[in-house]
Amino acid sequence: MSSCWATLQDYGLRSIGIGERILPKTDITICEQVVLIGSGLIWNIYFGIIAVFFGFWFSIILAVGKNHKLALLRIPSESIIFVFRGSPLFIQFFFAYEFFVLLPKVGIEFDLGFITLSAETRWLTRAWLGGLIVLFFNTAAYSAEIFYGAIRSVPSGELEAAEAYGITGWSKFWRIIWPSMLRLAWPSYTNEAIFLFHATSLIFFSGFPAWRQSGDALYYANYFSDKTFNPFLPYPIVAMYFILLTLVIIFIFGVANKYLNRHLDVEQRAKIQISINILR
Amino acid sequence: MFNVCADPSTLTEFFWVICYLTTAKHFAFYVSFLVVLVLLAIAAPLSLLFGFVATIGTRSSNWIIQIFSKCYINMVRGIPDVVFFLFVPLALDQFFEFIRHKIICFDVVEPIWQGTDFVVCKSAKLPLSTAELWVHQLYAFTLALIAFAIVFGAFAGNVLSGAMRAVPKTQTETGAAFGFTQKQIFWRILVPQMWIYAIPGLSNLWMILIKATPLLFLLGVEDIVYWARELGGSKTSMYAYPHPDWRVYYFAGLLVFYLLMTWASSKVLKRLQIKLSKGQATMAGKELQGY
Amino acid sequence: MKKILIAAVFASFAISTVYADTVRMGTEGAYMPYNGIDDNGQFIGFEIDLGNELCKRANLDCAWVKNDWDSIIPNLKGGNYDTIIAGMSITEERMKEIDFTRPYTMPDPSTYVTLSGASVNLKSGVIAAQTGTIQASYIVDSGATLVEFATPDETIAAVRNGEADAVLADDAFLKPFVEESGGELSFAGDSVFIGGGVGMGIRKSDSSLKDKFNSAINSMCDDGSLNSLITEWEISETFPDCK
Repeated sequence: MSSCWATLQDYGLRSIGIGERILPKTDITICEQVVLIGSGLIWNIYFGIIAVFFGFWFSIILAVGKNHKLALLRIPSESIIFVFRGSPLFIQFFFAYEFFVLLPKVGIEFDLGFITLSAETRWLTRAWLGGLIVLFFNTAAYSAEIFYGAIRSVPSGELEAAEAYGITGWSKFWRIIWPSMLRLAWPSYTNEAIFLFHATSLIFFSGFPAWRQSGDALYYANYFSDKTFNPFLPYPIVAMYFILLTLVIIFIFGVANKYLNRHLDVEQRAKIQISINILR
Repeated sequence: MFNVCADPSTLTEFFWVICYLTTAKHFAFYVSFLVVLVLLAIAAPLSLLFGFVATIGTRSSNWIIQIFSKCYINMVRGIPDVVFFLFVPLALDQFFEFIRHKIICFDVVEPIWQGTDFVVCKSAKLPLSTAELWVHQLYAFTLALIAFAIVFGAFAGNVLSGAMRAVPKTQTETGAAFGFTQKQIFWRILVPQMWIYAIPGLSNLWMILIKATPLLFLLGVEDIVYWARELGGSKTSMYAYPHPDWRVYYFAGLLVFYLLMTWASSKVLKRLQIKLSKGQATMAGKELQGY
Repeated sequence: MKKILIAAVFASFAISTVYADTVRMGTEGAYMPYNGIDDNGQFIGFEIDLGNELCKRANLDCAWVKNDWDSIIPNLKGGNYDTIIAGMSITEERMKEIDFTRPYTMPDPSTYVTLSGASVNLKSGVIAAQTGTIQASYIVDSGATLVEFATPDETIAAVRNGEADAVLADDAFLKPFVEESGGELSFAGDSVFIGGGVGMGIRKSDSSLKDKFNSAINSMCDDGSLNSLITEWEISETFPDCK
């Protein structure tokens, strides 16, 4: 037990470069597998949270764009949604990496007035940025389709009532469409978020190379399966972690769902839960 | 393929391309597109069957079956399919061989697990080691198929049980009022009526299934991704058709294939949905059209 | 009656397995000149020629099986094939899990390849290698920054596009790429000897098969055919103690 504590100190943050540099090579214990794979999960959570957060806002823009009368706004939104929903993530990662390595490797400085940020195009070929960008577009496209569907199914009575009160334009969107859209889309959006967290495990697996043996949960599972030649321990450990992660996501989104539906009576709430059954 | 192609190094550019694209290896690549389509064609109904059985299981009066079905349906929501594919086919293979060993080689005394080696008797091997190559490939394909059906069957179970719950209570109550038994209500009302509620979810599932096929190569099937990598990788002059890294072109081909597949599917599914909704002049029917 | 029928079924099983003793040979098919797939979809390479000759000498009926490098050892242990013959160097780590025949190549030097003219510190730079290879662990131990790719092709691409400063791989694998790069790539630094030569991997529980292949390799060593195959495919040094 105490040795497992030492393992946790050595490898608990190994995936982000803190702790022992050399990974365990021989006489690998179950503890080492659980700790390192758990350490890799930090990356899955990082990719998931950032992509869902930024992807959410972009998806709203795409959804509104797809619903817009103006072709100039509609067609780009539709194209992004079509390409990212229509092709496998596996292939998207491949193309993103191949494209990013072609970019000239330079440093760019952003002058924000009060602070100067410097960035390097080199970062785009790293999973933490390049992979994140793909996931961002991916989740934005999927969520946009969900929100688009929700916008279309906001009861027309609500919109007519709003117009009768003289609520139009942005105000109509924010005060009438927005809350209903979120409420209607939320169960599907929960599914999308779960899928996105699952999709994070593909980054190191297919698209982006791992640097300094820092990777996600699946990367370490792969490493152990390779060192111990026994796939039946590390992969189920990853599966366990993901089940836990999924339960947490379901809980958080469930709380949000309750908040969104707080004005409805219990019976109607239940109905919403099941009437929309759209996976990804 | 063609006699012209006997010595590629002497060909003009045009013939070089023609000959290159018609090598046996390229034909294997073209066939692998068919493999993906066949997998889709079988995996979809199989998943539906798995899902349907699991849904029935969740309504079973036997609590063991009920809990097992519920666990199965909810399990895949928690596990990424890649992770699942990395160990389940191998486990399935060993499970089948284990059973066969127990039946066929019941007289063998040596243990099956010798250290970490998994050793079954020769005649329990699946397929037999003497089998032709195509038998082995078919077996790998079947394992992949089962793995896909397990994962997507759970998704389908998720959709179908949601759809069953969405069938208006009034319909089943009417059945009960007419003196239908529970069984009759299930088979004559719930099952026929649930499809309209399940279609959006199932359509989506079909799209996910299409997009999960690039993971086939993980399951030991030589699929389009495998060949795109193999053919696209740079070839030195040890090969008859040396070329630099062309993976981008091959993957671009795959991208087009997938975009076409999903585009065509969405057209067909939309039509199906409109067609099915027509008969259902209910609130639900109208609701569905939004999706 | 039923019992007799069952017995008959089992007997037919038994008969069919007595004379046909197919040994399935697992290889990667993506690591020339060791093993590869030619344009007709056939296996080619040093190990294919070697394996076929070994099977002939050991009186075995052999069939080739392709398997991803990633899962090549678990599938051997799971019994999907009986030997690994895929440029796999004999290492302590692997010896704990599987047995090896005697090596059929001399320890193959691994070499670094960089862009020509680039000055690279091989002990602290960014070095690419294929995931799960002995070169990958070597780079970690050397203190350099390791970048891992799933296929050997990608490691070379990484040097070309500037992602990595150098690639570390078997000399025999890299040589044709350097020769045909038109001066773009070149060898750098000294070769390093990492593994203990390449051998065939065999399940620990399968020692009779190991003995058969060992004596076949020995016989090829004795009549000089092993060394001539090594020379023909430009693999490594020839064995000084073979004819």
